[in-house]
Amino acid sequence: MIQAIAFYLFATLTIFSGAVTILARNPVHSVLWLILAFFNAAGLMILIGAEFIAMLLVIVYVGAVAVLFLFVVMMLDIDFAQLRAGFIKNFPLGFALAFVLLAELVMGVGAYKAGGLALGTPDAATAPVAGLSNTAAIGALLYSRYLFLFETAGIILLVAMIGAIVLTHRQRGDVRGQKPSSQISRRPEEATINLQPEVGKGVTL
Amino acid sequence: MTAFFQGLGLPFAAAWTISTICGILLIALPVMLAVAMVIYVDRKVWASMALRRGPNVVGPFGILQSFADGLKVFLQETIIPSAANKGLFLIAPIITFTVALLAWAVIPFNSGAILANINVGLLYILAISSLGVYGIVIAGWSSNSKYPFFSAMRASAQMISYEVSIGFILVCVVLWANSFNLNDIVKAQHGFGLGFINGFWCSPLLFPMWVMFLISSMAETQRAPFDLTEAESELVAGYQTEYSSMAFALFWLGEYGNVLLMCALNATLFWGGYLPPVELAVLYLIPGWIWLILKIAFGFFVFSWVKATVPRYRYDQLMRLGWKIFLPVSLLFVFLVSGYLMATGHFA
Repeated sequence: MIQAIAFYLFATLTIFSGAVTILARNPVHSVLWLILAFFNAAGLMILIGAEFIAMLLVIVYVGAVAVLFLFVVMMLDIDFAQLRAGFIKNFPLGFALAFVLLAELVMGVGAYKAGGLALGTPDAATAPVAGLSNTAAIGALLYSRYLFLFETAGIILLVAMIGAIVLTHRQRGDVRGQKPSSQISRRPEEATINLQPEVGKGVTL
Repeated sequence: MTAFFQGLGLPFAAAWTISTICGILLIALPVMLAVAMVIYVDRKVWASMALRRGPNVVGPFGILQSFADGLKVFLQETIIPSAANKGLFLIAPIITFTVALLAWAVIPFNSGAILANINVGLLYILAISSLGVYGIVIAGWSSNSKYPFFSAMRASAQMISYEVSIGFILVCVVLWANSFNLNDIVKAQHGFGLGFINGFWCSPLLFPMWVMFLISSMAETQRAPFDLTEAESELVAGYQTEYSSMAFALFWLGEYGNVLLMCALNATLFWGGYLPPVELAVLYLIPGWIWLILKIAFGFFVFSWVKATVPRYRYDQLMRLGWKIFLPVSLLFVFLVSGYLMATGHFA
């Protein structure tokens, strides 16, 4: 009973906020609705008992990715008239995209109606381990059976990160950086010179 | 508590609902009261360190000062700038305040006294604390004013940077405790140091992590010396510049609520939570929640001590500390801790 209520609440809110994400005029509002959609998706994950995935969804998407989205979108100075001006020009592309998405949806529903795809039955290594918590079960699978795939995913992400840094990092010659080690190692004796000039001297005008 | 309400003749569903609501009130109301008291304590500690008297007019020793301030703020007019994005402008303080209260659900107050004993408790706290930034960012953007916007940008960069190192520090603790559940983490600290000191701080591998956690939590909650989001010499009052009345008060309450939460987390993860500091049968006569409150209070004293004595960081120094020192060091300690635990057969 309560699961059904919670499911319909989360599902409705996910769909609604997903729709408003697209429909909202203001891009910042769009991002905030997207965050609400992520949240409700996390709620759905909790309902199927995947609390680890739910928390990761919130930490990664809501806590990091969406903050960066919001960051970028907030800085944009958007002219709404200009946005709508390209409507006729972009219409064919938009229509093509919509057609592809619709075709995918229809084929997805059709395939679902036709019956499940035989993906093989879970064997001893992939079956969920009874009595283990979600986190431990995922860890046990990731670091044993799927170790190479997991490491590959890690390396791909590392390469992408290094690539992004290399592409965007620019060395500017005119920036004076701070070197805390040289500041700390500087002693008063080197920093100040104590001169004892005679009266009337020591001042150069 | 559910069993108690079932004993009154209620069906399970009703008993569970009522007991959960009672649990929420039992946590949320004392936390709000504690926030009011803690603001007073903060000002008093701060004043004594500056050889001033601090609040001393309202009530005995000025103890009711926070309530007087609250009343004053409550009676003020709410001003919404005409160029502001109204809906978001009003939602922002609500988000900050709610998020500050949400994370208390998984803090264990005694071995059985925990509102939501979920097995990803620590991840839940990370998730909730990563939401705290939205209140500030939305406030800064929706104010439609320069200084709040700068403050919002600083806040999001600062919180994301220090969340990374906090994450690695928590990984060390989780590795040692072998669980994400906060109750299990507290239990794992039972007699941890030399067989009679309760607390993860008492280990050469975890002590540096504790120090870094303390500093990172100051940066995460934007307390001095890392309060760059409201550096008054540069940004007026930061993201709160355009706020007045209750909206402003909610930011304040949320901010201190977050500080208290970080103190509670520090007490739970490193100081043994509801366990007494050392293993003595006499100390167990004092209930666990009193130990937890004492530890939180001491943690808060450290926070206001630092606020009273340390000058504010510059922004580039803050970023350097986060990314160039804390991140590599905490990553190194993840390797050291897991290597040590593997070598000593901790996971066997």
